[in-house]
Amino acid sequence: MRFTVVKTAMLAAGLMLAGAGQAAPQAPTAPPPATAATPAAPTTAAPAATTAAASGAKATPAAATPAANDPLLSMDGAPPMKPVAGIGQPVDGEIGLQPQVTKNGERAAWFHNGPLLWTITIISAFVLALLLWVIVRYNRRANPVPSKTAHNTMIEVVWTLLPVVILVLLAIPSIGLLQAQFAPPPKNAITLKVTGNQWYWTYSYPDNGGFEITANLLKEKDEVGRGERARTDDDGPRLLAVDNRVVLPVGVPIRLITTSADVIHSWAMPAFWIKLDAVPGRLNETSFTIEKPGVYFGQCSELCGPKHAYMPIAVEAVPLDLYNKWVVAKGGKVAGAADPAAAPAAANASAPADANAAAPADNMTAPDNAAAGNSTGQ
Amino acid sequence: MSDIALTPNAFEAHHGGHEHEHHDADHKPGFFARWFMSTNHKDIGTLYLIFAITAGIIGGAISGLMRAELMHPGIQYLGYWANTLNHIRGGGDVNMDQARHLWNVLVTAHGLIMVFFMVMPAMIGGFGNWFVPLMIGAPDMAFPRMNNISFWLLIPSFTLLLASPFFGGADGGAGTGWTVYAPLSTQEAGPSVDMAILSLHLAGASSILGAINFITTIFNMRAPGMTLHKMPLFVWSVLVTAFLLLLALPVLAAAITMLLTDRNFGTTFFQAEGGGDPILYQHLFWFFGHPEVYIMILPGFGMISQIIATFSKKPVFGYLGMAYAMVAIGVVGFIVWAHHMFTTGLSVNTKMYFTAATMVIAVPTGIKIFSWIATMWGGSLSFKTPMVWAMGFIFMFTVGGVTGVVLANGGVDDYMQDTYYVVAHFHYVLSLGAVFSLFAGFYYWFPKMSGRMYNELLGHLHFWVFFIGVNVLFFPMHFLGLQGMPRRYPDYPNAFEYFNKFATIGYMIMAVGMAIFFINLIWSLIAGKKAPDNPWGEGATTLEWTLSSPPPFHQFETLPVIDGGDSHHH
Repeated sequence: MRFTVVKTAMLAAGLMLAGAGQAAPQAPTAPPPATAATPAAPTTAAPAATTAAASGAKATPAAATPAANDPLLSMDGAPPMKPVAGIGQPVDGEIGLQPQVTKNGERAAWFHNGPLLWTITIISAFVLALLLWVIVRYNRRANPVPSKTAHNTMIEVVWTLLPVVILVLLAIPSIGLLQAQFAPPPKNAITLKVTGNQWYWTYSYPDNGGFEITANLLKEKDEVGRGERARTDDDGPRLLAVDNRVVLPVGVPIRLITTSADVIHSWAMPAFWIKLDAVPGRLNETSFTIEKPGVYFGQCSELCGPKHAYMPIAVEAVPLDLYNKWVVAKGGKVAGAADPAAAPAAANASAPADANAAAPADNMTAPDNAAAGNSTGQ
Repeated sequence: MSDIALTPNAFEAHHGGHEHEHHDADHKPGFFARWFMSTNHKDIGTLYLIFAITAGIIGGAISGLMRAELMHPGIQYLGYWANTLNHIRGGGDVNMDQARHLWNVLVTAHGLIMVFFMVMPAMIGGFGNWFVPLMIGAPDMAFPRMNNISFWLLIPSFTLLLASPFFGGADGGAGTGWTVYAPLSTQEAGPSVDMAILSLHLAGASSILGAINFITTIFNMRAPGMTLHKMPLFVWSVLVTAFLLLLALPVLAAAITMLLTDRNFGTTFFQAEGGGDPILYQHLFWFFGHPEVYIMILPGFGMISQIIATFSKKPVFGYLGMAYAMVAIGVVGFIVWAHHMFTTGLSVNTKMYFTAATMVIAVPTGIKIFSWIATMWGGSLSFKTPMVWAMGFIFMFTVGGVTGVVLANGGVDDYMQDTYYVVAHFHYVLSLGAVFSLFAGFYYWFPKMSGRMYNELLGHLHFWVFFIGVNVLFFPMHFLGLQGMPRRYPDYPNAFEYFNKFATIGYMIMAVGMAIFFINLIWSLIAGKKAPDNPWGEGATTLEWTLSSPPPFHQFETLPVIDGGDSHHH
């Protein structure tokens, strides 16, 4: 088979991670409410983000810890990029899929809205029509004497083979979609490693120096404690907004790696057509390329305990240059650029673990290893 | 059905002395011996049906609690319920997380109760016990005492599950989902999850014993002349189901035993930190779990075949195709399990295989749908209550089936996995599939079992109110899923409110339908018209209609002889 295996964690990767994964589960409690990685250095304020719709003009009362060197945060700590209704989040009363902002997402949505939806609608309508017809035509009054026909080889062959043909026609784009979804990301892909925790997400950027951010649900005004930041509408909808969004570049392939520090979680982003379980002891991998800047929301999609519904996912997709600025502000390294300045001094113990984890993941994209991944990764 | 080449008259001809046998045949033991030490397949069937109805009321009430909570965003009642529960446990008020845990307990209980204590006991234990011996012309099941223990194992099993939320203090209750995935299930402290696991063990043992009994009975106790290819399709469906039970449940037993030792004895079958694998649990669970969904629907297929043929006054169209379609569904049902695990990190080849294999199931299922319609085609249809339910089943099962084809695509399922789209899909095949077939079967056989006719008007009213209710309840869930709403959430972003409100209103309509059912049931048992031996006329050709209503306590002491060969061309 020439389809390369990239998504499944290889046994080797799993073993590497077993070490990394075990270190973490001891502390499932008390997620840090704010950014964990970089101590906010009181340097000069970074220039306001170019994409920012709302600059720091309005000073909201939400007291927070403004990371002044973070180009994506305005002075008051509120995120500059506002979520847009109808993009990257559900719409009340809407009956279809969320708009897709990745190539594979568009392809899958086309397959669903086109061939699949039409096929199932026509089949359901056909069965309904046949039922209505027999009700009208073959009721006791219309047809007092029943026929005794109980066999018709021809029609039985037809209703066996016709569905086979329909299913084969559906299987072709379906298999093609899977191939596209499993296409290995190119060398310049940026890796995002996601770790599920009860009940928050931690994200690290192994290709950018391995710094880490932690994303917690933003609570409502009446739920927060003193000094805690409450959700504003600029953060996003209730139960979807988080304190620290995952920032990712637009137009650059992202290699997503998921794992968990405790129970199984699932990192889901409907607008990207991505859902990948975060399993302790394993690295799962997939990739996507975001086509449009914006704020996109998702929610944990594997039952993980009492606060399963309270660990949302928010991605802020920005142009690459802005992403690079953000990375530097977080103390990370930008690929290719030699910047000795931002050595991640505080990039704690997780950095080596990430490096370990990332290495086999990279190998997985190599065709030579694909067969091995296939046979051992299940 | 003419396939068994039997008419009531032909039967009478071979079965003289029917009348005077009734005295001995109707000698019943005293109340305690009859109902608590029963070896009679009909009494055991009745016990199973009473059990299933009771469990259905409890499971349905739990879904009512969930729909009430989900009607609006925010947490409405959960805190109050959790406090009440904890006061019963002898504790004080609970915190918010303990209240949210109760949500998971409700989700888990609803699933387990409906699967293991409502649908399975009703279909296999209830109708299977009642009608398999009658339809094959046997005096009873092969192992009557084993039949009794099969039923009575369910009582401690259900008790363990129902009692589990009352142990373990404020964090008590199994909040793992009916799938009991590790490591969430190994992480939850307290005795609740252990109780739920033991409950499943007992229910599984009960089902395995029942399966052995059915296989033995069907293979060895058919009346002279009734070859396998002359068996009524309901008997075929129970036979296939029994094999699925026999092969699938031991795997569940193994998986949950490993969970139990992981929880209590320090093993690490499913713990990554000890070299185990959480995904292994999912493979084992779904190797059981997927056949399980066919276990829940195949007897329904069988009942629908009997009912459609009866009320069309025609033999089932394509009898052999129908029988072997069920065999094919049973076989293929064992090799598609990982489509429940498309987002767990399967390789591309694995996903492609499970996509293709899953789609294959649509072929035998399509054969069944079209054969039912062809049975009606050219028939002389009378729309008695069982027939209306059966026709509702065909359409609703089709709708549930086609969304299954959508979900079968591994690349598409990444979006729908664990959303309300899946909830909608499996409730269409179960709540509108399996449950519709249960109601169809119940109305069809109620006169035979009770000796009284149900009320036709109330039966139709029940159908229409229930039909509207469940569609308003479950159809909008497709939309919620397509907008991305995840399952098993007690609270949701406000943008999901509209259709959640819809669904809750649907639940209320459905509940009215259920009230009509119970009124009909009680009224008919007390004051229903006396049922004739065969209330359905010439279309009802299986052996149970040759007996009195209700049948004698012991039937077929002289075996009926099935007149072979006149009308078939297989």
